[in-house]
Amino acid sequence: MRAVLSIRNLTVALPAGADRPHALEDVSLDLKADEILCVVGESGSGKSMTAGAILGLLPEGVSAQSGEILLEGEDLLRFSDADMRMIRGARIGMIFQEPMTALNPLRTIGDQIAEMFRTHTDLGSSEIMKRVLDLLRDVHIPDPESARRAYPHELSGGQRQRAMIAMALALEPRVLIADEPTTALDVTTQAQILKLIRELQQRKGTAVLFITHDFGVVAEIADRVAVMQSGRVVEEGRADEILNRPQHPYTKALIAAVPPLVPPAPQVVASEPILRIEHVSKTYRKGGLLARNRRVTHAVQDANLVLPRGGTLGIVGESGSGKSTLARCIVRLLDPDTGSIRLGDTDLASLSRKEMRSETRRIQMVFQDPFASLNPRRRAGELVAQGPIIHGEAPSKAYAKAKELFALVGLDPSATERYPHEFSGGQRQRIGLARALALEPEVLVADEPVSALDVSVQAQVLRLLADLRSRLGLSMVFITHDLRVAAQICDRIAVMKSGGVVEEGTTAEVFAAPRHPYTQALLASVPGRDWMPPVQADALLAAS
Amino acid sequence: MRVLLLALRRLAASLPTLLIVLIGLFLLLQLAPGDTVDALVAQIGGGDPRMIEELRRYYGLDVSVAVQLGRYVWRLLQLDLGFSAIYGKPVADVILERLPTTLLLMGSALSFAFAAGMALGVLAAQRVNRWPDTLISTLGLIFYATPSFWFGLMGIVIFAVNLGWLPAGGIEEIGAGYTGFRRFLDIAWHLLLPTLTLALIFLATYLRIMRASMLEVMNLEFVRTARAKGLSPGRVISAHVLRNALLPMVTLIGLQAGTMLGGSVVVESVFALPGLGRLAYESVVQRDLNTLLGIVFVSALLVIVVNFLVDLLYARLDPRIVG
Repeated sequence: MRAVLSIRNLTVALPAGADRPHALEDVSLDLKADEILCVVGESGSGKSMTAGAILGLLPEGVSAQSGEILLEGEDLLRFSDADMRMIRGARIGMIFQEPMTALNPLRTIGDQIAEMFRTHTDLGSSEIMKRVLDLLRDVHIPDPESARRAYPHELSGGQRQRAMIAMALALEPRVLIADEPTTALDVTTQAQILKLIRELQQRKGTAVLFITHDFGVVAEIADRVAVMQSGRVVEEGRADEILNRPQHPYTKALIAAVPPLVPPAPQVVASEPILRIEHVSKTYRKGGLLARNRRVTHAVQDANLVLPRGGTLGIVGESGSGKSTLARCIVRLLDPDTGSIRLGDTDLASLSRKEMRSETRRIQMVFQDPFASLNPRRRAGELVAQGPIIHGEAPSKAYAKAKELFALVGLDPSATERYPHEFSGGQRQRIGLARALALEPEVLVADEPVSALDVSVQAQVLRLLADLRSRLGLSMVFITHDLRVAAQICDRIAVMKSGGVVEEGTTAEVFAAPRHPYTQALLASVPGRDWMPPVQADALLAAS
Repeated sequence: MRVLLLALRRLAASLPTLLIVLIGLFLLLQLAPGDTVDALVAQIGGGDPRMIEELRRYYGLDVSVAVQLGRYVWRLLQLDLGFSAIYGKPVADVILERLPTTLLLMGSALSFAFAAGMALGVLAAQRVNRWPDTLISTLGLIFYATPSFWFGLMGIVIFAVNLGWLPAGGIEEIGAGYTGFRRFLDIAWHLLLPTLTLALIFLATYLRIMRASMLEVMNLEFVRTARAKGLSPGRVISAHVLRNALLPMVTLIGLQAGTMLGGSVVVESVFALPGLGRLAYESVVQRDLNTLLGIVFVSALLVIVVNFLVDLLYARLDPRIVG
């Protein structure tokens, strides 16, 4: 079949002074009607730049240097900006990653979808309103009539993404570009949105260019796959070919870094508990003079969990399940309303603020965002040494120890003199880890420590964590929304939903025979759950 | 309903503000040496102690500060601002005579600063780091850094004295007896220079905020969405960027209302306008406590009303604000 959109030898130049001369180098891709082509790559691979080049929406200073982008035979690179405006939206639709920020917060959903018709057609307003409602019905938004009148903040993340899809498909474009459309969504919502994209694509015969970093999603939705690395397409082919018989070393490495959904053989863990969480509850209250304005959110309700010494307890759940609140209660960044958190013989929940400060060295936290969680104005070494110094260590000793820790987490010890912005995301997460380990804690609480990282970096950090655990005998509470990661690193798993722990057991039990319907739903939603990464991913934990 | 609820809550919250401002000022003025009677006596060239005692009793100044304060608040609750010994009539009348001029000056200066600041800010943001942006930003800085009385005086020297295009002061042609539209034009003509003088400083702030806010919003993702929808650059700005960028500007109006009242003291003095600002200055000099408190009361009320309106406007503009 002839390609609807074909990119021929496209080279896009970056402005002088960038880390490489070309954002895209000699990229050729063919997108046929009625198929989903997944473009996979890590951050910086140029996959989003490809989408920008097709729509003529490249950042300032970046421009296509050579090659052509043919949409049904016409070269878009030769189009003027006014001509391109007729293409955007009408013949090429686009869905973005963040449904929260991709919609104008001050205008209603219906108004923003209607804008597509107002811009590209001469339809009357009653006809437009009818079409908007039809579109919202097509994307299965509950109660389309009130969704049309709602503002973005009044809808959930999944509903907003449905509205985005309705908007992108409003004029039935031949090509739909979806840039990480499910990355910001919860796993069950993601499964629904993937299903919706597939359903609409088949019904309307749209050609979909689907950009993602997640091989699970690729396995779920792709007909064909193109793998990108540093601005080049390194491998392209049918989905099952690439997924099961990758040829290029980079593709092989990427696929090897995908954690399999099957937990490895359980390791022997002492039965003696180090941390016991008993009847912990945390409620957020929002005040208000009038009783009806008050809002009460039960973030954590009567949680009971046990962490065995030397073991890893995974807490999994979707956003709003209370897992991060629980983590913050454990390290007393938040004060639980009721219950006890026993670390050895001490009940952390009953300590005063002052007493807790001296106990903090026994329990430390690693945060999700490696960019936001390090003070940008302090040297990396200072950040690591700060904790021990506060707890009475001599500065010279603390700095020497910081260097040792840098070596331990796989960073160059001389890098202690550098500032956080000079490190990559994975390296920063290693600094975060070194910072937490500097106090030699008995328990490490890791809140989504690998969620913000690329898959290959994620594999490295997970390997490091497993390694540290066996070398230092670390006990860990590991919070994640990613069941693949949980399967690989956790000995026990607790599933949280709406503040409550609905299921708890060994990882093998929970994955093999989930008892609670919610756990079952979660497992059934994992993208690419039927695909077993072919290159045995035991490399992931090989270092331990 | 949402907006109404918000309005009621804001209104309730502003009452304590008003009370604190008044009590604070009343006590502060007690610290200054001398009172109304001293000023009156000084004006008539002295008097015997018995008469001074009489006057003190007449104006209620012979009792303790606490009682005076209590009486004052009690009268305020009945919307009675008291009697001005200096002007020889109720304070309310004195203030009402002067209020329209100040309101007119403030209103027109605020509108001009807002509109021009917005337009220049949008222009600068669209040509960021190119010469129109540099020119506009430099001009803004000059306006901001120059004292307003100097602007006023230079305006008078150039446009009134040398060129003779505009009047040097006053609110209207005295004795011309204009009525209706002719009078409106006359007042507008007189207010042109004072308005510009007062507005220029505030214009600089609006300009900078608008520019920064436009640049920030233009980088947001929904703007990329709008462009991907095929909207023209002009439509993207007017339909998506502008309203979002206006939110911080609207907040600024509320904050600046108070500053503007202060600024009008200078401008009214320079252009000899019979407004509240000049009245405040005169009452301080003459120790006319009642008038001064009345002016503060009215000013505080004015600022509260402006902020209240701003809150309502904000709630209209941003659906995310809940009551």
